[in-house]
Amino acid sequence: MADKSSSNAYWAANIRLIRVLLIVWGLVSFGFGILLRPMLSGVGVGGTDLGFWFAQQGSILVFLVLIFVYAARMNKLDREHGVEE
Amino acid sequence: MDQYTLNLLIVGATFALYIGIAIWARAGSTSEFYAAGRGVHPVMNGMATGADWMSAASFISMAGLIAFGGYDTSAYLMGWTGGYVLLAMLLAPYLRKFGKFTVPEFIGDRFYSPTARLVAVVCLIVASVTYVIGQMTGVGVAFSRFLEVENSTGLYIGAGIVFMYAVLGGMKGITYTQVAQYVVLIIAYTIPAVFISLQLTGNPIPGLGLFSNDVATGQPLLSTLEGLVTDLGFKSYLSQSDTTLNMVLFTASLMIGTAGLPHVIVRFFTVPKVADARSSAGWALVFIALLYLTAPAVAAMARLNLINTFHPNGVGEATLTLAEIEAGVDAQGKDITWVNNWAKTGLLKFDDKNGDGMIQYVGDKDANELTVNNDIMVLANPEIANLPGWVIALVAAGGLAAALSTAAGLLLAISSAISHDLIKGAINPKISERGELLAARISMGVAIAVATYLGLNPPGFAAQTVALAFGLAAASLFPAILMGIFSKRINNTGAVAGMLAGLLVTVVYIFLHKGWFFIPDTNSFTDADPLLLSIKSTSFGAVGAIVNFVVAYVVSNATEEPPVEIQELVESIRVPKGAGAATGH
Repeated sequence: MADKSSSNAYWAANIRLIRVLLIVWGLVSFGFGILLRPMLSGVGVGGTDLGFWFAQQGSILVFLVLIFVYAARMNKLDREHGVEE
Repeated sequence: MDQYTLNLLIVGATFALYIGIAIWARAGSTSEFYAAGRGVHPVMNGMATGADWMSAASFISMAGLIAFGGYDTSAYLMGWTGGYVLLAMLLAPYLRKFGKFTVPEFIGDRFYSPTARLVAVVCLIVASVTYVIGQMTGVGVAFSRFLEVENSTGLYIGAGIVFMYAVLGGMKGITYTQVAQYVVLIIAYTIPAVFISLQLTGNPIPGLGLFSNDVATGQPLLSTLEGLVTDLGFKSYLSQSDTTLNMVLFTASLMIGTAGLPHVIVRFFTVPKVADARSSAGWALVFIALLYLTAPAVAAMARLNLINTFHPNGVGEATLTLAEIEAGVDAQGKDITWVNNWAKTGLLKFDDKNGDGMIQYVGDKDANELTVNNDIMVLANPEIANLPGWVIALVAAGGLAAALSTAAGLLLAISSAISHDLIKGAINPKISERGELLAARISMGVAIAVATYLGLNPPGFAAQTVALAFGLAAASLFPAILMGIFSKRINNTGAVAGMLAGLLVTVVYIFLHKGWFFIPDTNSFTDADPLLLSIKSTSFGAVGAIVNFVVAYVVSNATEEPPVEIQELVESIRVPKGAGAATGH
């Protein structure tokens, strides 16, 4: 490793980003889609409630956003730390 | 032109395309055979991953599962897509940086242990073989239904096509055929869905139609459906009947299992750069989401159509009569020939138990006179919507594309584990590149022959083994790879102990509920009344994964740290720059 401290900072930043994105990942699927569904029952969406929408559609849309946000942020991080290919 | 000729023409045209690609994309080196020369564009790889991942089960069966299971089956939707988030952030980029050819190879190198590699090979082969049986039977069924050939003849034709492009082209041939197969399957899935959504809701996008108003009642489609199913005594479509614990664990098991399935992971070895592996996982999910956002709409709309067909006058009024089914027209003059057509296939059965000349479709098991196979929700869709014959032919080609593309991906994972991990890795490390390429082709041929045999003579437990495939991937492979990347402290002993512990508890838990080695009547528990709380055997993979993590952590901390060069290897796979240079590999 040419530059150990930069590499450690890069890895720590990656871990922070993954942690934030995985919290959102769990919140929309296990949270809104299943565990917190009773709390969202007051919000109506097309004949059902918001929890049902998250379980059948919303979570998938959020997953898509999460991956592309991760890919874009990591490309930026790669350049900032000079570790891009 | 009659339906049979149309089916033959469209399926024939898609097969000619696959063979053309096979001849164009021959593999000249082991790198091309195992990883398509690492030159696949990330969007193309995303498309190929979509076809690789979406099997006959996703294409044919999933909408039916949701149609009859309602909200509870959301676990499939979230589980089979949420795994891609884990792949993109936790596995794919680092494994691409590692730059080798197979999943067991990573596990073996990172844990500096041939035993770990062998355990991974065993898990890979068991998971992939169980999975491939379902694809091969799917090919046979699709052929016999649409092309009126014997089940076995259909299977031989399908195996012959896969043989051509998989043996000649390896990963390279498979990748480019999967791209073509994705296009065929998504068109075949979407067109009938768009028309049904237009008819029922006036919205051309099925995913939006699902939450729109039903034009017939002016009420939201889902509340119309919920009203009908509850009035008829079926279980609610919108509310939860599974326990929360089981639903959470089932979703988690499907997510972790998806991320840990080797035939999906290796797809990310084919892109040129680490950054491409990240974005390619996103593209894969885009292409998968096109189907997965449509599936719940197909499910609800097909269920509504089914109920309306058998209750044309509303709940509590006279239902469809046997005479109307025979004539193919209901009292309102609507064409319902599809009922009779699909009754002939046995996927739809009715029995006028009370002899009133009408068919009652109700929730009460004793009074109900109609049984419907899950698969019909997708297969009969074009006919229910009265779409032209070429759409029906397209659905046949789409089902075959879904089954063949997944089968090819699985067969590649199996054959590279044999030629690269067993033959080159353990039996004859000095084998030349040409020798290994030949070995890879022979292993592929043998794998196809075995899969064809198992497709012709499926073991009675075939349907239940999908739980086993996901359980193994979730409990053994996913945690081992994850810890290999994110921890420098997990050593060889810890990893092997963790994998074996995760594997063992999961397999034992499945066998306790499904019978030892799936032999009927040797089970001590059932999924209706499981051993632990409300955890069904299909949901146990996530628990197995936790066992794997805990055992690996405890054992590693009680034994020696991994050697310095392994810690450097971990450092190097964490950064995209300089493929392999830092470790001197």
